[in-house]
Amino acid sequence: MSQYLILIYDDETAWANADEAAVGRIHEGHGKFGANNEGVIAGGNALQATSTATCVRPDGSGGFTVTDGPFAETKEALGGYYLVEAADLDEAIALAKQVPVLNGSLEVRPIMVFE
Amino acid sequence: MRVTRDIDIAEECVQDAYAQALVAWPAQGVPNKPGAWLTAVARRKALDLLRRDAVLRRRLPLLVSDDVEAAPEITDEIPDDRLRLICTCCHPALAPDAQVALTLRLLCGLSTAEVARAFLVSEPTMAARITRAKKKIAAAGIPYRVPTASELPARVDAVLAVVHLVFTTGHTAPAGEDLVRADLTGRALDLARMLYLLVPGNPDVTGLLALILLTDARRNTRVDEAGALVLLADQDRTRWDRGEIDEGIALAREALRSRPPSRYALQAAIAAVHDEAPTWESTDWNELVALYGVLARMWHSPVVALNRAVAIGFARGPAAGLAALDALGDEPLLAGYGYLPAARADLLHRLGRDDEARTAYEEALLLTENGVERQFLAGRLAALTE
Repeated sequence: MSQYLILIYDDETAWANADEAAVGRIHEGHGKFGANNEGVIAGGNALQATSTATCVRPDGSGGFTVTDGPFAETKEALGGYYLVEAADLDEAIALAKQVPVLNGSLEVRPIMVFE
Repeated sequence: MRVTRDIDIAEECVQDAYAQALVAWPAQGVPNKPGAWLTAVARRKALDLLRRDAVLRRRLPLLVSDDVEAAPEITDEIPDDRLRLICTCCHPALAPDAQVALTLRLLCGLSTAEVARAFLVSEPTMAARITRAKKKIAAAGIPYRVPTASELPARVDAVLAVVHLVFTTGHTAPAGEDLVRADLTGRALDLARMLYLLVPGNPDVTGLLALILLTDARRNTRVDEAGALVLLADQDRTRWDRGEIDEGIALAREALRSRPPSRYALQAAIAAVHDEAPTWESTDWNELVALYGVLARMWHSPVVALNRAVAIGFARGPAAGLAALDALGDEPLLAGYGYLPAARADLLHRLGRDDEARTAYEEALLLTENGVERQFLAGRLAALTE
């Protein structure tokens, strides 16, 4: 078994404007995803909006620059993730297809293993 | 492929098997099932390599999937190995150009230099592309296995798209001095035949094999002795490959039996209409308009709509054709597609509107990079200017 991170990139504006029913459907979708895949979900979290993000960047001379905002301003932002166990990429993709998004997409990244 | 979990070893073994075939076949004759023979040899080589290499031997449990004991047996499950391999090479998680490159490299045994030449990129560029794809296969865990029954249709689609692309790239090279690259069309035909055996009864697979045969049947008449383009209207139909046409038509009939007809089956039917017409004048254009109409409804490709407009131009006259073509004028996907202004130029010329036809030919020339096609367009333009 390998581990994969499923990164959830979604449209924050769409989230901000979503009605209760739409938000309810997404939450329900996550609940179902969790219940159906209990054995293979190794972790996962939702993130606060990028408006709460802070960037910390080493300035090269021992100090740091700390600024407000996410690493990159994009329409679709990282909003959450699942860490899953899968035999191969096809299994991981099959899991990603079950993760609900409002108006975004899912990125599947294999976890690096150091031997 | 199932035996070695490492694609580099697999690649080396396939190459070795091809090399061994070159030595063994002239001496012993071609075996009954050459594909099976190649895979069997490649598998033996893989096992030899794995046993020989001490480092690999330590990692053998990782490299050889579940059944180390059963692996050396050479059995009839060989076609599965080819299907596994092509499904891995054409995995949708790989970039399309990498899918094509891996397929030519691993299934057809082309060298990196040959694949690079086919796609008009430098050998280091192609080598980097293949290396990147192989790294992704290993790191992302793209599986070597036959997709499950529910996955198979989508995966077969991806494989067919690659085979079709190899064929069309060979049929009309995107650039360069030759119109046809027989090396690529031949490989595509081999791959389509292989898939027809591996995925029996699939109307898309059958349709693609039919389409390739029915198109390839005209390969010898598409350019003259001097290498200049000869239009379908002017080709010597007695030199078309009757064997391929008969085989293609039988396969097209088989593919068209499934409802709704598959995209490739319809394209094959269109090619068959041309192949069956003894002369250009006797071409059944109304049948072609109808077939393109059905195709356009199931496959929203502006190129299909363009071909339908051309067919309308012959079935109902150039004015009707031009009207159908102009309806496509602002289609963004056709911007930069040289066949649109070329088709327009021909219709305008047939309507006696030569000034506009000249402009359209000039536009087509700007958008065409194949040397033979450029020469043809320049000839048409010159004829209008005289």
